[in-house]
Amino acid sequence: MRTRTSNRVVGFALASVIVGMVGLSFAAIPLYRAFCAATGYGGTPKIGIAAAPGGNGKTIRVRFNADTNPGLPWQFAPDVTEMTVPLGEDHLAAYHAHNKANRAVTGVALYNVTPEKAAKYFHKTACFCFNEQTLEPGEDMSFPLSFWIDPEIANDPNTADVHDIVLSYTFYKALDDAAKSGALAKAGPHVGSGPKTN
Amino acid sequence: MADTTHDHAHGHDAHGHDHHDHKPGFVARWFFSTNHKDIGTLYLIFAVVGGVVGGILSEIMRAQLQFPNNHIVTDGQQWNTIITTHGLLMIFFSVMPALIGGFGNWFIPLMIGAPDMAFPRLNNISFWLLPPAFVLICIGLFMGESGSGWTLYPPLSNATYEHGMGMDCTLFALHLAGASSLLGAMNFITTIFNMRAPGMTMHKLPLFVWASLVTAWLLVLAVPVLAGAITMLICDRNFGTAFFDPQGGGDPVLFQHLFWFFGHPEVYIMILPGFGVISHVISTFSKKPVFGYLGMVYAMVGIGVVGFVVWAHHMYLSGMDVDTRAYFMGATMVIAVPTGVKIFSWIATMWGGSIEFKTPMLWAIGFLFVFTIGGVTGVVCANAGIDEVIHNTYYVIAHFHYVLSLGAVFSIFCGFYYWIGKMSGRQYPEFWGRVHFWLFFIGVNLTFFPQHFLGLAGMPRRYPDYPDAFAGWNYVSSVGSYISGVSMLVFMYVCFKTFTSKVPVADNYWGEGATTLEWTQSSPPAFHTYTELPRIL
Repeated sequence: MRTRTSNRVVGFALASVIVGMVGLSFAAIPLYRAFCAATGYGGTPKIGIAAAPGGNGKTIRVRFNADTNPGLPWQFAPDVTEMTVPLGEDHLAAYHAHNKANRAVTGVALYNVTPEKAAKYFHKTACFCFNEQTLEPGEDMSFPLSFWIDPEIANDPNTADVHDIVLSYTFYKALDDAAKSGALAKAGPHVGSGPKTN
Repeated sequence: MADTTHDHAHGHDAHGHDHHDHKPGFVARWFFSTNHKDIGTLYLIFAVVGGVVGGILSEIMRAQLQFPNNHIVTDGQQWNTIITTHGLLMIFFSVMPALIGGFGNWFIPLMIGAPDMAFPRLNNISFWLLPPAFVLICIGLFMGESGSGWTLYPPLSNATYEHGMGMDCTLFALHLAGASSLLGAMNFITTIFNMRAPGMTMHKLPLFVWASLVTAWLLVLAVPVLAGAITMLICDRNFGTAFFDPQGGGDPVLFQHLFWFFGHPEVYIMILPGFGVISHVISTFSKKPVFGYLGMVYAMVGIGVVGFVVWAHHMYLSGMDVDTRAYFMGATMVIAVPTGVKIFSWIATMWGGSIEFKTPMLWAIGFLFVFTIGGVTGVVCANAGIDEVIHNTYYVIAHFHYVLSLGAVFSIFCGFYYWIGKMSGRQYPEFWGRVHFWLFFIGVNLTFFPQHFLGLAGMPRRYPDYPDAFAGWNYVSSVGSYISGVSMLVFMYVCFKTFTSKVPVADNYWGEGATTLEWTQSSPPAFHTYTELPRIL
């Protein structure tokens, strides 16, 4: 009789380990995001309103890259493709976009920094990529962003060799854009209806 | 390994056989079975079916690749579906059912002196989840709609590239197979923790039981993560979520992390029970206890633990920075240490023993040979720098087939020849067993060794065709696969000869080298064993 109860105890303990692991696999999603934000892993820059600390006289070259998902009917490009900026000082840059569709379209930009190891020194204080952006039919819009680069990047032996940083944006159609325009049923891949309706 | 006393168990069972050992009728015995030996038998039969279907797929693949510009497989999608199904069948429906469900169910209770598994009905459902899973996998195959590769990476597996229902069937099949493994693992752990015979301490457990225990823990910790990942994938495909879709803020690389957090322990899940089988066979036929029992045990525990922190070595090219790659490279190479401990301990067990080259021992030595080759190429692949060149080439194919298709499968056949007399009570034909071994050994080496050359020359995996420059070794490889195909026919003949054999076998037909508890039982063992628990000194 003793074995029987303790079998049940071990069995339930193992079942809860299993449930816990399933839970952890879902928890991995916010944890992964938090981990990337905290460590700059995967080229995730620092975001927030922290003020620029002031420079040390050194400069670095920043290149701007723009990609557009084919599902989004926009033209999207940087105003200038590169600029040389002093470390530790706030800077402004801008992208511009044009909506080629004859209806309002909402897009959202994903971003990263290459080389990935430089991301933790790249601070974005304001960016169009923090929110969804909606363009009216045929509308042109300028998308500004403000950033500074931590002068520590020049002292860290890991990143001392970095002289170029690529800031990259990819614009996608926002997931709820389809819902807004009442086209969810044939909105494309993310609702599982397949390419035939796309 | 534990020294055992025969105690009264055997005498009592033989006595019990006359009066109480009636078996239920056919349907109740095989469909509603709660008997660990019958469920083990079901698993073994199932593994043969899965292996044969998966094997036929690999023969189709080698036929397609025998010459450049072949058209046996008519289109790329069909090809993709075949490679996906081959991988999934061999892993989830052949190797795992044979080593874990089959030998595990049969011999864990017998080896620890338990009358049955801790949860016999759970055991029944964990087997019967597999046939529907198998049917679902086959639906994915025949609909030609599951061409993502066994790794199921989105976007290849998402609704854009695999929009058909077949992919959902395949994913759901993995859910069922995963649930089956999890229930089985709970059962094994509980049985091993709670139902050991008096005196069977953890450090006296036979190595096969230890191997199964570590395997079961790996299953419990790894498979739920796969379940989570494919649940998210199913939701992405069907319910408008965006876990792995960048449009909704998801990240396809996250799927790779989740998948390989399961996938890497999974390869140890497949090979660890094989380690257990090999330890028993080498010890038996060298007539010596295994060298360094505790080292063997903790090497397996070490492999299991470290196996959880090396997953991203499958993802060196997914955009990881150099520090991360350096860590995963170092951690991966650390696994070579406990694995080396095991290989050297097996050799040391043979050293100075009076070795008998019966068929199981041939398979065990063959295992050492092929597993060592696969292990060495594994260390090569572990180097992040070298992997940039050989990633997704036939070099990797050769590596993991040497450890799994050869290593794990050799251990399955090793266990088959070692225990078939115990399980069936009949003698296998020694001559045909040797023919089977040599044909298979030559066939698989001819198949996979040239794939190292193809991979180093740059032939990528997962394509149905190749430039003429690769023609020579591909031809050799295909011929090798036909030889191993023929050896499977020999295996079928061996099974036929064994089951029609009239030669009865003794309780302990291997003699003094076989010291574990299953050899104290009759061959085949009574329907219910250990009605009186054995005592271990």
